[in-house]
Amino acid sequence: MSGHESSYTPTNAFTKWLDSRLPLVRFAQDTAINFPTPKNLNYWYTFGGILAVCLVIQIVTGVILAMHYEASVDGAFASVERIMRDVPFGWLLRYIHANGASMFFLAVYIHMFRGLYYGSYKAPREILWILGCVIYLLMMGTAFLGYMLPWGQMSYHGSNVITGLFGAIPLVGESIQTWLMGGPSIGNQTLQRFFALHYLLPFMIAGAVVLHVWALHVPGNNNPTGVEVQDVKKDTVPFHPYYTVKDAFAIVIFLIMFAVFVFYAPNVLGHADNYVEANPLVTPSHIVPEWYLLPFYAILRAITFDLGPIPAKLLGVIFMFAAIAVLFILPWLDTSKVKSMRYRPVAKQFFFGFVAVCLLLGWCGAANPDDAVIPALQGEAKLVVSYNDGNGGEATSEYKGGSEAYVDARRFMEGLPEDANASISAVPAPTFAFRHLSLILTFCYFGFFVLLFFLGLTEKPKELPESIHKSVLKRHKDADAAATPAE
Amino acid sequence: MKAFRIFTAGLAGLVLAASAHAAGDAKHPHAPEDGWPFEGVTGQFDQASLQRGYQVYKEVCSSCHSMKLMSYRNLGEPGGPFYDPEYPNPNDNPYVKALAAQNEILSPTPNDIGEFDYRPATPADTFRSPYPNVNAARAANNGAAPPDLSVITKARHGGASYIYSLLSGYPDQDAFVEREVDGETVSYIDMSKLGGHGEEHAEGLLKVNPGQYYNPYMAGDTTPNYLGDPRHAPPGGFLAMPPQLIEGRVEFTDGTPATVEQMAHDVAQFLAWAGEPKQTKRKSLGLAVMVYLGILTILLWFSYKRIWRNVEH
Amino acid sequence: MTDTPAHDHGELIDEDRRNFIHIATGAAAFGGAAMFAWVAVDQWNPAADTKAASALDVDISKIPLGGEIRVLIGGKPFFVRHRTPAEISAAEAVNVSTLRDPQTDDERLHAKPDGTLNRAILVTSGSCTHLGCVPVGPAQGNTGDFGGWYCPCHGSHYDTSGRIRKGPAPRNLPVPDYKYVSDTVINISL
Repeated sequence: MSGHESSYTPTNAFTKWLDSRLPLVRFAQDTAINFPTPKNLNYWYTFGGILAVCLVIQIVTGVILAMHYEASVDGAFASVERIMRDVPFGWLLRYIHANGASMFFLAVYIHMFRGLYYGSYKAPREILWILGCVIYLLMMGTAFLGYMLPWGQMSYHGSNVITGLFGAIPLVGESIQTWLMGGPSIGNQTLQRFFALHYLLPFMIAGAVVLHVWALHVPGNNNPTGVEVQDVKKDTVPFHPYYTVKDAFAIVIFLIMFAVFVFYAPNVLGHADNYVEANPLVTPSHIVPEWYLLPFYAILRAITFDLGPIPAKLLGVIFMFAAIAVLFILPWLDTSKVKSMRYRPVAKQFFFGFVAVCLLLGWCGAANPDDAVIPALQGEAKLVVSYNDGNGGEATSEYKGGSEAYVDARRFMEGLPEDANASISAVPAPTFAFRHLSLILTFCYFGFFVLLFFLGLTEKPKELPESIHKSVLKRHKDADAAATPAE
Repeated sequence: MKAFRIFTAGLAGLVLAASAHAAGDAKHPHAPEDGWPFEGVTGQFDQASLQRGYQVYKEVCSSCHSMKLMSYRNLGEPGGPFYDPEYPNPNDNPYVKALAAQNEILSPTPNDIGEFDYRPATPADTFRSPYPNVNAARAANNGAAPPDLSVITKARHGGASYIYSLLSGYPDQDAFVEREVDGETVSYIDMSKLGGHGEEHAEGLLKVNPGQYYNPYMAGDTTPNYLGDPRHAPPGGFLAMPPQLIEGRVEFTDGTPATVEQMAHDVAQFLAWAGEPKQTKRKSLGLAVMVYLGILTILLWFSYKRIWRNVEH
Repeated sequence: MTDTPAHDHGELIDEDRRNFIHIATGAAAFGGAAMFAWVAVDQWNPAADTKAASALDVDISKIPLGGEIRVLIGGKPFFVRHRTPAEISAAEAVNVSTLRDPQTDDERLHAKPDGTLNRAILVTSGSCTHLGCVPVGPAQGNTGDFGGWYCPCHGSHYDTSGRIRKGPAPRNLPVPDYKYVSDTVINISL
């Protein structure tokens, strides 16, 4: 596919003149119009186009919002509300931008899982995959910076927690944290620099996207069979109009879902606390990041133990960053020669398990780590009476059971002398809490990547189709026989 | 490798089982019996209710709570309580002007000799704030600054229903009992006498500290104050705001009887409108966008089918 | 169904281009993009709070005779001048037909609620009609050749009624929308 030759011939004097100076039309023709694309790409492959649309929407609405936003601790919250109330269509632009971030991440996760399933990270597409990971990192940075700008309670305290992560780094951590915040705490100076970076990073994403597409167009698209294109005529169709129309169809379906959020549930993906102006003196009782960062938040909180000289706080940060870093080395972790998991029966099962693990990690990230995963299985809390034993020491007495336990505890307390200073409290029964589930899932998360390494050495793949062309014909024959609609 | 499918299905079941439990320490806010007129895709605010709600805010809430993001002109905007189609520009609406002029505000700009005068508000001015700054608000309210109400329905789970439930959910006076403890009079709420809206409720006494008011819809923890089994402490928490809506506290200009429920309903609706004045416009525009996207989807589907008709894929 | 080799695609596409469904789809997509573009353009218009803050009450009783005060409304400068009897008669004595932008002095004053004119008070925009500089006046000690205002940027001279008399400016200083709230307070709006 890298031998894809230019099929553009300038037709008139001007295009000939232009082509010999700046072959812009040739470039557009070769990359977006005539580019040979495997004919068997399914709808999971439309998310690249969807993501391009997301990026454009975010940049356009973001630049507009920046015309009305005021990056100061006194003015930020009110200026965002002014956009919602007074700027013509400001409410629409802001809701598109805020929900657009969520839609962007939804699409990027599907895009990444698709790449994982069809082995799109394997040779010769390692650079393509790594550039994708870079884009994902930049997206997370941009989203975090953007979430700070409304200067609500979650903005402020979320930023506090994230900058605090850098404080966990030994020796230089606290200096880095102060340097990031530009002071002893998050303040006006932090907001201004974060706003400047939030404006900058999307353009870096756009630059990385150009490289990503370039890296895609050298080897060409992977496809659901994972078999490379052998015969351009038989295996591929030109990108336009075949995939422009297919992508456009998928994009509009995606936009319908997007619009449902923007117009009918614009705040469900956000947090009510962010409509309270930032107050550095009061942290919200339940502080969580946006949904798309929850799995990493769960990993961060799952690590509550020290490992040798490494304190738990640092270890959590290490694990969290490792969860992203492992994606960068995935092309070399997976030892299987077969790309698509369609033909890897064992790996396929683990893949679905991995998707479930990621979703469950997100669920853990949203929950209170000490809450029971299944409250119905948690036994009744026990009652503990603490009192002075008369010798200056503390003594406790425990009662288990239903209402009779309380009666017993009361009777015991009444029997104590006046100066015993008795008090009663409830201690929840030990149970399987989200803390434990997060830890298990964290090991499952990393386990999947280790497993890919060994699985590639031992797994016996199914027979691969000879070519894209033949796989399509075979599937249609099978489908006709079974009288079911084709994929 | 069936095991992994089973594992996945099991995990999904786990999520379902766990999400079945109703979390939350406070009672779940509920809407009025007839629901809210502004909910749903085509919901609209009830203008008469918004007008009464503004009256409740003005006569009751505004003595402690600011609404800094609201201007008097907002009251006359399309969809607002005092919108008059004759005056598309709310700044010209004489009724809005009169409402604004009832409020003496400190001018935000200095006068000719550099001093800040009090003057009647104009429609362009923001709602009069009861306190000059948050420190003054805190000092005047036992250390608890009353929150700004501009976006309160978006800043609390449950929105308008939360406001409605909280304002009408204070315990009745006859649930209070007083006891002598160490020579001091301590106030308690007898939880068994608390109206429970048909839900289960705790038994026993809840100690009420001076300056604190129990409300089952307030987020918080009642365990330290509960004289009873700590495992069954009543829902809700304490707040610094005493019950404000007492029957007949305002006299509605339209003659509606001012019951507690009525006042809570109207002010909650007013605050829901104030939290996002553009929400009805949002939903109606959304409908047009949906129709447009639907048509475009159908067209693209046929385009797609036509272009791919000769290609096996 | 048959599979079409790549070299046939071009012909198929050409035939397809004239297909009604593609034209309809393209038109619908373009229409949607145009609507969004309209949103992106409309947000440049003044916001509701900006529009609302476009009127101001001015106390005219404190302006010294022969002096003026300058006010900003929505960021635009306005002059409120307390004219002397000599300045009023100078303004009224001009032969209107000789002016570049013919207007009588009375046409440039707004009546009080009782219908009478307060000729002592002149309210004009403070932006030179040439390129928008703010002319100097009595407070700066330079009232130009005609006793009104002088624009230092390009040398426009205005008379005591704010009318252009000399220099590049094409029109008189515009009179804003204002009305007498009382005998001593006027309300100026954009």
